[in-house]
Amino acid sequence: MATGRFGPYGGRYVPETLMAVLQELEDAYNKAKAEPEFQSELDDLLKNFAGRPTPLFFAKRLTEHLGGARIYLKREDLLHTGAHKINNCLGQALLTRRMDKKRVIAETGAGQHGVATAAACALFGFECVVYMGVEDMHRQEPNVFRMRLLGAEVRGVDAGQRTLKDAINEAMRDWVTNVRTTHYLLGSVLGPHPYPTMVRDFHRVISREAREQIMKAEGRPPDAVIACVGGGSNAIGAFYEFIQDKKTSLIGVEAGGRGDKLGEHAARFRGGSPGVLQGTFSYVLQDEAGQIANTHSVSAGLDYPGVGPEHGWLKDNGRAIYTSATDDEALAACQLLSRLEGIIPALESSHAVAECIKRAPRMQASEVVIVNISGRGDKDIGILRENLKIDG
Amino acid sequence: MPINFQHKPGLVAYITCGDPDLDTSREVALAAIRAGADVLELGVPFSDPVADGPVIQAASDRAVRNGVRLGDVLHLAADIRREAPQAGMIAFSYFNPILRYGLDRFCDDSARAGLDGALVTDLPVEEADDYVEHMRSRRLATVFLATPTSTDERLKSVCDVCTGFVYAVSRTGVTGVRQQLAADASALVDRLRQFTKLPIAVGFGVSNPQQFGEVGGFADAAVVGTAIVQLIQKSGRGKSAAEAVAEFIGGLRAGASAAVKA
Repeated sequence: MATGRFGPYGGRYVPETLMAVLQELEDAYNKAKAEPEFQSELDDLLKNFAGRPTPLFFAKRLTEHLGGARIYLKREDLLHTGAHKINNCLGQALLTRRMDKKRVIAETGAGQHGVATAAACALFGFECVVYMGVEDMHRQEPNVFRMRLLGAEVRGVDAGQRTLKDAINEAMRDWVTNVRTTHYLLGSVLGPHPYPTMVRDFHRVISREAREQIMKAEGRPPDAVIACVGGGSNAIGAFYEFIQDKKTSLIGVEAGGRGDKLGEHAARFRGGSPGVLQGTFSYVLQDEAGQIANTHSVSAGLDYPGVGPEHGWLKDNGRAIYTSATDDEALAACQLLSRLEGIIPALESSHAVAECIKRAPRMQASEVVIVNISGRGDKDIGILRENLKIDG
Repeated sequence: MPINFQHKPGLVAYITCGDPDLDTSREVALAAIRAGADVLELGVPFSDPVADGPVIQAASDRAVRNGVRLGDVLHLAADIRREAPQAGMIAFSYFNPILRYGLDRFCDDSARAGLDGALVTDLPVEEADDYVEHMRSRRLATVFLATPTSTDERLKSVCDVCTGFVYAVSRTGVTGVRQQLAADASALVDRLRQFTKLPIAVGFGVSNPQQFGEVGGFADAAVVGTAIVQLIQKSGRGKSAAEAVAEFIGGLRAGASAAVKA
């Protein structure tokens, strides 16, 4: 039986209770993928509900300011519900209907996946329960209200660090209990097979569009694509169609947090090692005895100790490189993009912008960079207000 | 010492090792064996126990905070084995601590500690080839979970790699005390009998003499976990926890034989 491996990573490490439903999901997905009606219905929703295609915007003032590579922004922040997450939610909602399930559960960190799930469930008439760490509910409060407005029940998770990992644990417990009636609409390229593959496929549209757009604008693939990496869904979506372009550097940016010590960041590729967490084998921040470590990031969406298994493989085989940006660098990048381009990026996406700020000045004016702006920063206004000293 | 259910019905007693401390775990384990537990499941604390309900989650969290790790559980097993040469004893763990410890080293040290085998909650048969091979080479039993949602095809492959006993999960859900045992459980045991001659232990939700007797009617043994962990938490450290658990297990046995006679 295929278990969804990317090199050594991936797999399906879950209690036996979930094995049958994961097979059911894999079968439903494979069947749907082969049917043109499924893709055309999804395309229609992506266009008319979510607002695809998203623009590829030439950031003229940022380019001039940094004085190096020509910078393009892939505007996933313009999608309905405010981030790339809706791509995957619409795909999985269609699958939920095909599997004849009417109850959907999800986890959320920053709240973007929760909001996108709540919107999709409203659209399809599904009951929706979103698990969210109480720490994240506090720091991403606007999204909690949006989910409730969309008819979802938001259940606070008061365990561990009360963030994304703890929300996933609780969603998995719900699923183990209600598996016969419920679909778990997992929001990243994490978890047991088929999620890492399926969620990637639903986000490939990002790089499919971006590649066409950059070919039209510049007549060639970019020299670099930069995306932030929490679980890794926007990054894999932004990278995927460029993997074939061997000269294009793929750069994932993890959360450097506020220091290098274990517990102070979420840079899995710098401080982690291979392990099994929440259904998949990949890089994990852990102690020497295999207990999962605490993490920190100013950005709730990147504040997670594991990373999607396909990123583990892209790292090991050298096709992508992974770096990190600190909380302060991300906050500064958010402010700079806001002032130069009139775009307030999410704190997650600000990590990608921060890497661009470091990298673009060292590149030639003839070189081209695409930065994936995975989400908008409206949800982060509270954190930004606390952290940025803006007068007036 | 091979796993052997001496009593009818058999009893598998689970404890989360290191909650509230390793000394208490040792005393409780020995008291449980004296009171009539056939097999001990030594729970390895883990930071992210996705298959466990609130009681065992909290116990696991306390033990992790106490600094208890897989290595400590293996030492504990060796201590228990010295005083209880006859009892069955397996490790009950999530996969990551074992992976990090090293499969080879885990199997060596388990065998040396006198463990009879292990059950790894989040390691389904498909991912278990390496693990099973390593365990077999040290003659350690590999217990796997069978659940009501498993297809017959899956039950067969579970039974094919199980040794020691088969752990039948009574219903969909996490570990925890239940008011009623679902009819799911006896149907699952019937389905399993087609594929195995191994003893079948039913777990997830068994917490009182009546349920214990009920499970004894269709399975070879019952696993009691959450109820014991809860009792330890209420009773405090050392002897008082051990006495409470012994009394509880005695009550299960007495209740079950009363039910059989009636």
